[in-house]
Amino acid sequence: MAKIIVVTSGKGGVGKTTTSASIGTGLAQRGHKTVIIDFDVGLRNLDLIMGCERRVVYDFVNVINGESNLKQTLIKDKRVDNLYILPASQTRDKDALSQEGVEKVLDELSEDFDFIVCDSPAGIERGAQMALYFADMAIVVTNPEVSSVRDSDRILGILQSKSRKAEKGEVVEEKLLVTRYNPERVEEGEMLSVEDVKEILAIELLGVIPESEAVLKASNQGSPVILDDESNSGKAYSDAVGRLFGEEIEHRFLEIEKKGFFKRLMGA
Amino acid sequence: MSVSEVCFQLKGSNITSIVLELKNYPSSDFLNQLQNKVSQAPQLFADSAVVISLEKFSPDSAVDFHALISDCFEAGLHPMAFRAVADELLDAVKQTGLPALPGAARSASVQAPEEDNSVQDQTSAAVGDGEQVEMSLEATAEVSEQDLTASEPEAVKTIIETRVEIQEKLVHRPAKIIERPVRGGQQIYAEGCDLIVLAQVSEGAEVLADGNVHIYAPLRGRALAGVKGDSNARIFCQQLEAELVSIAGIFILSDELKDKAWKQTAHIQLKDERLEIAKINDK
Ligand SMILES: Nc1ncnc2c1ncn2[C@@H]1O[C@H](COP(=O)(O)OP(=O)(O)OP(=O)(O)O)[C@@H](O)[C@H]1O
Ligand SMILES: [Mg+2]
Repeated sequence: MAKIIVVTSGKGGVGKTTTSASIGTGLAQRGHKTVIIDFDVGLRNLDLIMGCERRVVYDFVNVINGESNLKQTLIKDKRVDNLYILPASQTRDKDALSQEGVEKVLDELSEDFDFIVCDSPAGIERGAQMALYFADMAIVVTNPEVSSVRDSDRILGILQSKSRKAEKGEVVEEKLLVTRYNPERVEEGEMLSVEDVKEILAIELLGVIPESEAVLKASNQGSPVILDDESNSGKAYSDAVGRLFGEEIEHRFLEIEKKGFFKRLMGA
Repeated sequence: MSVSEVCFQLKGSNITSIVLELKNYPSSDFLNQLQNKVSQAPQLFADSAVVISLEKFSPDSAVDFHALISDCFEAGLHPMAFRAVADELLDAVKQTGLPALPGAARSASVQAPEEDNSVQDQTSAAVGDGEQVEMSLEATAEVSEQDLTASEPEAVKTIIETRVEIQEKLVHRPAKIIERPVRGGQQIYAEGCDLIVLAQVSEGAEVLADGNVHIYAPLRGRALAGVKGDSNARIFCQQLEAELVSIAGIFILSDELKDKAWKQTAHIQLKDERLEIAKINDK
């Protein structure tokens, strides 16, 4: 039985797809058979970030409609063993996903995989609810700003009231991932601190991903940033994956980076 | 022989409603104030049936109650009756087609003496519920007053009626207990009982109870106690950061809360139609 993890946020553009790609890749790197599903029907973003857009033949909606089977549709990652992508359709509208259809696909994947990572679309409406409905765990991606935190709070309410687990009287595991964190801007008072976000949402902190150029670079190259083990963001995602397995890893990159001797010399 | 089916049944029932206590009308600002009030707590007010109480209303000239009713509709309220209508206003009220219900449950002359705290405290401890106490005190006050002015049998009748009411109110309903956070966009209502929340109430969330509201965590959303009019209901919270608190329909917003027990353990009750906010453990 696979563990189903939804990556969700409410607010758009906070880093859900970036996170799905890196966390999914990290799980596979540790030897767990993992599939990342793009629930953002109509936008199709995950395949770009994973660099497999040219290999998309069939998609999630095709599988649901019985127009293709999983074997034909899943894209195997070329860099990391055990990693598969189930791309979204670019041509269908959001209503193409039915709950029964999604359930059937998840059930079939569950037999074969250890982890199913669901990349949710933005918002709190149908699409987002579909992505979180079957989840065992939610990674709530939040930027350190008021509107993002508020949306995360709302999505947590939906998670614990409208998911399958909630309907059965169970609780979905909740993990907070603060992304695009910029300690300088926190210092300036332009962003909330991790402590602020934790206090407002009151859920367990899985990780803090610093704001970094490396993310943009990685997505332009079609390679999840966790594979860039030189970058702070990549390291922070690796730490987060470790914590998913119960490893006790201290949070890093929360403070303003001290400029090294060389950088100071250059006046940077 | 033809058997005709029973088409209806007439039943006695209690309906709790929002009361609009009219003080000053006509007024150019009336509609505006009413709309403001409704928009501040739409969950509570919008599309609600209201009873217009004229207990505190004594106009100097003729009043157009039709206009008053349309103002109410415009603000999203549905007047269903008038209450406590003085004799000189009765004709004008009847013209609206709405019934004039008998006066308010209490009138100034029979209200329990406020100063008599010792009695109130004692009874309060014994009975454990403010509303019942007030009822019984009210009855005593009424009886003693009537002892002087009215005939004996009438006084006895008052006692019996009040007893019946007290009996009904002693029925106890267990509190509704919520153990997980109430998040933005969620609403929890404890009907006919107290509400106890063991986790935070987020901004944009709303918790309501016919009785008291207890929150053993930060209250950042809205908390409404005594939503069916129990003015003895109270709100307790471990960390007051609310957007709105309300007891029996009287509410205040966060701006006004900020200089009172903000971010502290707080206790909110209704005193003289005003919300009183006090820190707990602040001796
Ligand atoms: N840690 C980071 N540092 C810098 N940029 C980031 C970081 N995380 C994400 N971004 C950038 O933010 C943008 C949005 O990211 P992403 O597409 O992952 O968000 P999303 O939540 O999936 O958006 P949508 O709601 O549209 O699906 C992208 O341009 C991405 O490169
Ligand atoms: Mg996305």
